[in-house]
Amino acid sequence: MTQYQEYLGFICNVLESYNKKQVTLTESTDLVADIGLTSLEVMESIERIEDHFDISIPLNILPDVNTVGELARKVHELTQ
Amino acid sequence: MLFDKFQSMVDFRAELAERGVKPFGAVTEEIYSATEGRVEGRDVILAGTNNYLGLSYDPRCIAASQAAAQRWGTGTTGSRVANGSFSEHQALEADIADFYGVDHAIVFSTGYAATSGMCATLAGPGDVILLDGDSHASIYAGVRLSGAEIIRFKHNNPDDLAKRLRRLGERAADALIIVEGIYSMLGDVAPLQEIAAAKREFGGYLFVDEAHSMGVLGETGRGAAQAAGIEDDVDFVAGTFSKSLGGIGGFCVSPHAELQAIRFCINAYIFTASSAPSVIASTREALRIIRAEPQLRQRLWDNANRLYSGLAGLGLRVGPSASPVVAVVLEDRERTLACWQALLEAGVYVNMVVPPASPSTYCLLRNSVSAAHTPEQIETMIAAYAALQDAGLLPAPGQA
Ligand SMILES: Cc1ncc(COP(=O)(O)O)c(C=O)c1O
Repeated sequence: MTQYQEYLGFICNVLESYNKKQVTLTESTDLVADIGLTSLEVMESIERIEDHFDISIPLNILPDVNTVGELARKVHELTQ
Repeated sequence: MLFDKFQSMVDFRAELAERGVKPFGAVTEEIYSATEGRVEGRDVILAGTNNYLGLSYDPRCIAASQAAAQRWGTGTTGSRVANGSFSEHQALEADIADFYGVDHAIVFSTGYAATSGMCATLAGPGDVILLDGDSHASIYAGVRLSGAEIIRFKHNNPDDLAKRLRRLGERAADALIIVEGIYSMLGDVAPLQEIAAAKREFGGYLFVDEAHSMGVLGETGRGAAQAAGIEDDVDFVAGTFSKSLGGIGGFCVSPHAELQAIRFCINAYIFTASSAPSVIASTREALRIIRAEPQLRQRLWDNANRLYSGLAGLGLRVGPSASPVVAVVLEDRERTLACWQALLEAGVYVNMVVPPASPSTYCLLRNSVSAAHTPEQIETMIAAYAALQDAGLLPAPGQA
């Protein structure tokens, strides 16, 4: 498993707990439009991801992150 | 369409109008004293203000304001960097620097301009800002403009701050850490000793917004940093004249001489007119009163403790500790609206806060006390909440 896939796997795990509509999570799933995350749930998921990988995700990147795949790529970048 | 994003607000307003409830923008038609007025046609106790020391209606502040209007006119018609620096503005800067025991102060036209302007300017591209997740909108507005990397830490959680400082490695030395003294929604106080310890361990500059704590906390009323005994660790204190000082305007003080150069880099300072001299004069008088009359702070805390223990005693869900802001937490928006309206009808005006202005998914009935409240007024407020329980609008004791 590549590192990126490990990030993707963990992120999907976190997002499952907010996946009220039970959509199938793929790289192209949109966090807000598809899963329906509220802004508070976005922040909660980010905190769980940060703690797990021991990183800080700057708020500045959030406007560029819409999908699960984009989030995984950002986490990948931040851990490099 | 351009306006689509406002539809949910349009709907919410329509719902409120239909129910005849006006929690946002209720109109104050008369002011009888610092704690009494007529709001939306009803004579009420004002229990939803930030008039912590009751100075908005102090005859000495009013007289100072009147005299300044007579002498200087109604406005400056210009920026501090152009024609808008009168000797009153300079004198207030000297007063506020002296009050904080530092050499440098900037006076702004509003508190919002002070915090947003400082936060937008101190850190820039390439720098890092660490801010408490529950920071005020003016802080978020500022840091977004700064161009710096913005990292949130968990509200009032110094361990989370320390962890994030550690992750920054050498960059921590130049990071800007932003916190508030008392948080305006729940009235909780920042754990500044632990926050200062994290700064000492990892580095960084500490910025404290004392908007709700100046005049309220600390031996001489300088705020939460003074109360925590960590003023030497603070690089910048920002605050407002619109709460305990009863006027309008804001400030930033610092022991760093660079503040005088920073002043000329802040858009919110340069591209706006300076405060009316009448406002500056009442603020100077209010600051003098705060220094001369520490008993005001004692009276404020007596009232805060009375209200907090009264509401907690009813079994209501209130903030973590007694504070001049005592918020009752409710899960349900409908119920919050009904309670707010019932309180108004019972003659008690409080603030209603719903997401996203509240820190989480819950709603708040935000009560604030003033040194000017009488013990009887506080008892009336508590009784009004007990009546909400009797009416079934709030959980009765033991059911919360
Ligand atoms: C923490 C905080 N900072 C800044 C401000 C802005 O102050 P002002 O309302 O005086 O502009 C406020 C109050 O609204 C506040 O609560």
